[in-house]
Amino acid sequence: MRPFLTRRRGEGPWPWLAAGSVALSLSMLAGLLLLLAVGGLGHFWPAEVSEVTPREGAPFAGIPVREERVVGSERRERLYFTGNLDLDGERWRWIPLDAIAALEAPPELVVLERRRWGDFLGHLVALEDGGRRHAGAAAWPALEERLATLETLRDERDHLRDAVVAPLVRRLEQGGDPAAAAELARANARIRELQTAMQGATLVLESVDGRRLEQPLAEVLRAWRPNAMSPPQKLAAWGRGVWRFLSEGPRAANSAGGVWPAIFGTVMMVLLMSVVVTPFGVLAGIYLNEVARQGPFTRLVRIGVRNLAGVPSIVYGVFGLGVFVHGIGGSLDAWFFADSLPSPTFGTGGLLWASLTLALLTLPVVIVATEEGLARVPEHQREGALALGATRMEMLTRVVLPMTVPAMLTGLILAVARAAGEVAPLMLVGVAKLAPQVPVDGEFPFLHLERKFMHLGYHIYDTAFHGDDVQAAMPLVYATALLLVLVILVLNLTAIFLRHHLRARHGVASRA
Amino acid sequence: MGWRRAPSAGHRERALESVFTSSPATAGGPIIDFAADESCLAIEGLSLAYGETPALRDLTLRVPRHRVTAFIGPSGCGKSTLLRALNRLHDLNEEVVRRGEIRLEGQDIHAPEVDVAELRRRVGMVFQAPNPFPMSIYDNVAFGLRLQGGLRKRRIDDTVEWALQSAALWEEVKDRLRASAWTLSGGQQQRLVIARTLAVGPEVLLLDEPASALDPISTLKIEELIRNLKSRLSLVLVTHNMQQAARVSDYTAFLQRGELVEYGPTQTLFTNPRLARTENYITGRMT
Repeated sequence: MRPFLTRRRGEGPWPWLAAGSVALSLSMLAGLLLLLAVGGLGHFWPAEVSEVTPREGAPFAGIPVREERVVGSERRERLYFTGNLDLDGERWRWIPLDAIAALEAPPELVVLERRRWGDFLGHLVALEDGGRRHAGAAAWPALEERLATLETLRDERDHLRDAVVAPLVRRLEQGGDPAAAAELARANARIRELQTAMQGATLVLESVDGRRLEQPLAEVLRAWRPNAMSPPQKLAAWGRGVWRFLSEGPRAANSAGGVWPAIFGTVMMVLLMSVVVTPFGVLAGIYLNEVARQGPFTRLVRIGVRNLAGVPSIVYGVFGLGVFVHGIGGSLDAWFFADSLPSPTFGTGGLLWASLTLALLTLPVVIVATEEGLARVPEHQREGALALGATRMEMLTRVVLPMTVPAMLTGLILAVARAAGEVAPLMLVGVAKLAPQVPVDGEFPFLHLERKFMHLGYHIYDTAFHGDDVQAAMPLVYATALLLVLVILVLNLTAIFLRHHLRARHGVASRA
Repeated sequence: MGWRRAPSAGHRERALESVFTSSPATAGGPIIDFAADESCLAIEGLSLAYGETPALRDLTLRVPRHRVTAFIGPSGCGKSTLLRALNRLHDLNEEVVRRGEIRLEGQDIHAPEVDVAELRRRVGMVFQAPNPFPMSIYDNVAFGLRLQGGLRKRRIDDTVEWALQSAALWEEVKDRLRASAWTLSGGQQQRLVIARTLAVGPEVLLLDEPASALDPISTLKIEELIRNLKSRLSLVLVTHNMQQAARVSDYTAFLQRGELVEYGPTQTLFTNPRLARTENYITGRMT
């Protein structure tokens, strides 16, 4: 008798190929995220400082960064971040592993983050404050206490400068106002007072090889002793570092400090773009699918729209520059802001023009998604509404469109994903290397559409390729890239959550 | 309306001529007639084509008031097309060309002064597949009422309850009016759709194979509902199911290839058809 169960007919290599390509894509994606996370987040960890004694020459303090093989030999060498730009003239040092005589990690080594010259690595000898001198073991507690005081003074000064002085200055520029002038004078006096209070104290520092340095305390931002920190303290310091990166503006030509203006600019631009692109895209989709007579012309328009999605983004940037910035912006300036010419108001790149350009760029995506959503609404739903005496308009607004909202949101998600990562067109229509003032503040009209803004994508480009110290910028580039991915993720998750909520309410089955 | 431009009258006439000139003279069997005061809908010489494909040829019949009239016939005979013509659902399809008249209570439904939305409120329609809207049970029933606007909440509440009771659904859903209509079973959904249609107060209810997607129990409930409703309004039922037509209808029209073959009291048509074509169809011998 023939066996009932014969060998399964082979399905060939296809399942394996398909599964393999999915696995490959996912692992590449995971690898990318891991690279960004490790490269970016590690930067904020207070790494241990070694005191390196070479076989020849003076000892130095440094934070090991990475090791590489010396080209053309078996020897390996290690890169140290040594800081002390003012003493050594450079911040990095390669040393072959076999040239190291001794490695130590003395707990008293300090790292100072300074406003000028970058970080200092070495010993703290004394803190001189007016006539008093804290030396030896007393120096570190005194320094910590003074830094805390400095921080509060600095916060008050920055607050005064951004929230009080800047608006007053703009008010005065627009017209004389004696009250404002008096207020400004008061604020400036207080700022000078604060500045004076910050001055005075000096640190006496000594590098590992014994060179002395006098450092004004006002220029020191932070100080820590990584070798003396316990893991929880390090974790707390790491958290503070990440928070500063997220909440502060950039310093030192974008090679240090945080990226808050760039986060804000990116999100603001994407939101503005969404506000513009959604109504236009949805209305265009409705017209094409529901209103227009279907024929060769609508087919042509549809093909055109789908092809527009493939136009390189820089082309949109050039269009935005020509039409929005120079055309419309130039005219607006001539009509409404003639007083401030020749310095342009809207006639230069800005948040509004960048958002409009990106809205144009993402319009096809939203139109296509809306059309597909409309086409998915079953005919019997439309007929049901009509049979109850609804006009075509009522049928659209009360039955068809509510069922299409999830599809529109899908379109918006795709649009956001594309817009948030776009850099090339922005370089033409309004992104800035440094624009510490975010485009929203407490001053009328609160949202400043004409201002230039910072963008995470452009920030990555600028930090990575236009800094003077690529080594120092690299971790920031990783961290910024990770952040950009996260920002897009959060924006998308918001839309997905909204879509899920709506879909549960309207019960429309649709994928993606 | 006026979203899509209608083809010009001249164009439409020419298309009609080319489609309908070949229409053979119907060897129509004896056809029952009602006096004008007994009928709600009167169809006079109605011909209809989808583009170049004729669907109805020169149909004339009257639908009696407060009775159930069934349209039966093989697939593609035009019975659904005829039903949809009665509340001008074909208006949306630009390909459809039409000749002849349909009068609702003596008024031509294609007259230019007729408001299509109003017509569709007077001639309600229930479709083959239950099509409740993706909203709550209450909102489904209130949908047509809200379209009319200006009704107080109290009035809408009352009408929703009345309509659900009329559709024999009230007892099953009164505790969950806010639940999604899509949580109901198929039979309940179909009764909900009937309630939704009743809520706007139609004079005529068109039912396009209303039970073909339902299980036998639900079908029985729908049929009972149809019988109960005829005291209030006139019903037109399209069905594939001959037993169903025999069970619920008072009059039956048999259509074949877009023509009206025989039309008479259901009892007579099923037991003693006058034409062999009718007999063959109802006894299952396909011609």
